[in-house]
Amino acid sequence: MYRSQRLGLKYLTASTVMFGAMVAFGLLSSIYYIWPGFLLNVFNFNTAKIVHIDGLVIWLLMGFLGAIYWFLPQELDREVEGIALAEILFWVFCAAVAVVVVVFLFVQYGSATEASMWFINQGRKYVEAPRWAALGIVAVMGVFAYNVLGTTFKARKSTGILTVLMFDLVPLVVLYLDAFPEMRNMSQDLFWWWWLVHLWVEATWEVLIGCIMAWTLIHLVGASRRVVESWLYVEVALVLGTGILGLGHHYFWIGTPRYWFAIGGFFSALEPLPLLGMVVHAVYDAGSNHLRAANRPAFYWTLAEAFGNFIGGGVWGFMMTLPQINLYSHGTQWTASHGHFAFWGAYGCGVIAVLYLALEKGRGYEGLDGRAWKWSFALLNTGMLGMVGALLVAGMDQAFYERAIGGSTWGAFLAMEGRPWFIEGMWGRFAFGLLFACGYAMLVYDLLATRRREATVSEPMAAAGS
Amino acid sequence: MMEREQRYTQDPLFWRAGAIAATIFMSMVLVALTIDTLRQITPGSPRVPAYDVINNSVGYEYDPARAEYAPKIGGEELIFGHKYSPEEAAELIGKGKLVIQSRACIDCHTFFGNGGYYAPDLTRAWMDPVWSIYAGPKRADKLAAFMMHPLRLGAHAMPDLHIQRDEAEAAVAYLKWMSSVDSNGFPDRFGAASGQ
Repeated sequence: MYRSQRLGLKYLTASTVMFGAMVAFGLLSSIYYIWPGFLLNVFNFNTAKIVHIDGLVIWLLMGFLGAIYWFLPQELDREVEGIALAEILFWVFCAAVAVVVVVFLFVQYGSATEASMWFINQGRKYVEAPRWAALGIVAVMGVFAYNVLGTTFKARKSTGILTVLMFDLVPLVVLYLDAFPEMRNMSQDLFWWWWLVHLWVEATWEVLIGCIMAWTLIHLVGASRRVVESWLYVEVALVLGTGILGLGHHYFWIGTPRYWFAIGGFFSALEPLPLLGMVVHAVYDAGSNHLRAANRPAFYWTLAEAFGNFIGGGVWGFMMTLPQINLYSHGTQWTASHGHFAFWGAYGCGVIAVLYLALEKGRGYEGLDGRAWKWSFALLNTGMLGMVGALLVAGMDQAFYERAIGGSTWGAFLAMEGRPWFIEGMWGRFAFGLLFACGYAMLVYDLLATRRREATVSEPMAAAGS
Repeated sequence: MMEREQRYTQDPLFWRAGAIAATIFMSMVLVALTIDTLRQITPGSPRVPAYDVINNSVGYEYDPARAEYAPKIGGEELIFGHKYSPEEAAELIGKGKLVIQSRACIDCHTFFGNGGYYAPDLTRAWMDPVWSIYAGPKRADKLAAFMMHPLRLGAHAMPDLHIQRDEAEAAVAYLKWMSSVDSNGFPDRFGAASGQ
């Protein structure tokens, strides 16, 4: 195994730990909705939510880095350039995340000074991490970019997937620089903030996971590189062709001009297209393999990624993206429903697929099949669908009663919180969140259990058939 | 099957050209629109008033010509008994933004609908019926007092985030300025249900 692959496994392990932290703080955040006054002035909702959503970003980012450090040396048949530096940066990254979490847990917030921005909390959603930590992430991304570019140039060869990846590194690093400024004009602040959040998540990350899933398909089912690379290019054309101007659906209400209604509405309505293409591709590959693959967990998680991305990102996004609907759905639990489904479908499932793939090839275990992964697959996906459904009920109730009828005032918001559908939605989200957490526990159990299965490789295969 | 005659659509390079063309074209359009949008949302423009708008009354009314709600800026209505020069106003608003970021307000509340969904949207908080029963100068004091010592409103209570008097004044000024931004009719019918 290459050193880079060992680093990949470390990143995937750290990513799984962050996944757990994200789940724990997600569950904690959901309690505030059903128990008003919970931990008031001790550990307020906003801090719990920050650890939940920043944990999400770090979980996925570490998963992507792990996947690429895993696949890159295989792609070029050589060790990754600058791997020693990357190994050091991994520990720096982990230490920085730990320090930031400790600061969030125990310091929480500061006074209105620049020092608070540098050392405590920047208070911008998703990029709350203080500036010093954001600088650390830039360093990690910089070294990662150097690893990919340096290795490719040293190898004096490239592949289609690598070309796309190298191209994607530019926005991946450059857009993150947007995590620092503190602009007094909220309209401008949100304008640039969406460049980071949308162009990262709905464009750069989509391309990144496209590269990772392309490698996954090649390694998992022996898909033809020619077909996979053609699909990847089509996907890039559609993702960036629709997603770059699809950015406009975030510019309806922040003070920006009216032409964004037409541009954002039109292009974001097209955004599901590449995701539908991925479903077609996945179904085609699954069908041509008769739904069989040596690594069944990775195979099913890959399929879940394709469908989840399309339904959670594409369909759920489209449902609320046209300005006529968005006027009422924007900034409600409806958005939270879409957010949960899209992140899970587009990225979460993909990272788990890579986890199983790396586990099989990396440790040389053939016996990954068994009952545990099926339980975790079922619990995680049922938990997620349940949370998404519950949040949708609450969100639609909010959109109609607080927004459309109530006129969005504080009074309308507080009245909405007492409405039965909203309350039921919040309980439903908590209950399915618990189910999701059980799925996570099962996933960790299964990942650890593969060690024990090593000795009895053939038995789990037999058990799977029962 | 592998030996089928190869057409250009089976050549990845054909699709690569499409990907590059789509990305470059869309990026150029985005850059052009960004330049225009930034110009239109610079403080002092019709959409985003200058920071010293905090010296005037700011309301939110239905505009029949636009068939939507829009901010309405009126005559002088000072807050905290002070008329702010453009420089002072900009400084105060800058401090208000730091208060909002340092307390991570956006992770509970929403601003223009963006943020935490756990607490009310603050886009038009300045003219919310809870506060607009008070005339402008008194309203600013009431809002500042609430931020410093939050009261329980409905089921949820806002935490005490140790906001000092000067910080609260800056945050109130920020909310007043933000409520003057033209956000294309968002939120719709704000305050209509309560007869405001």
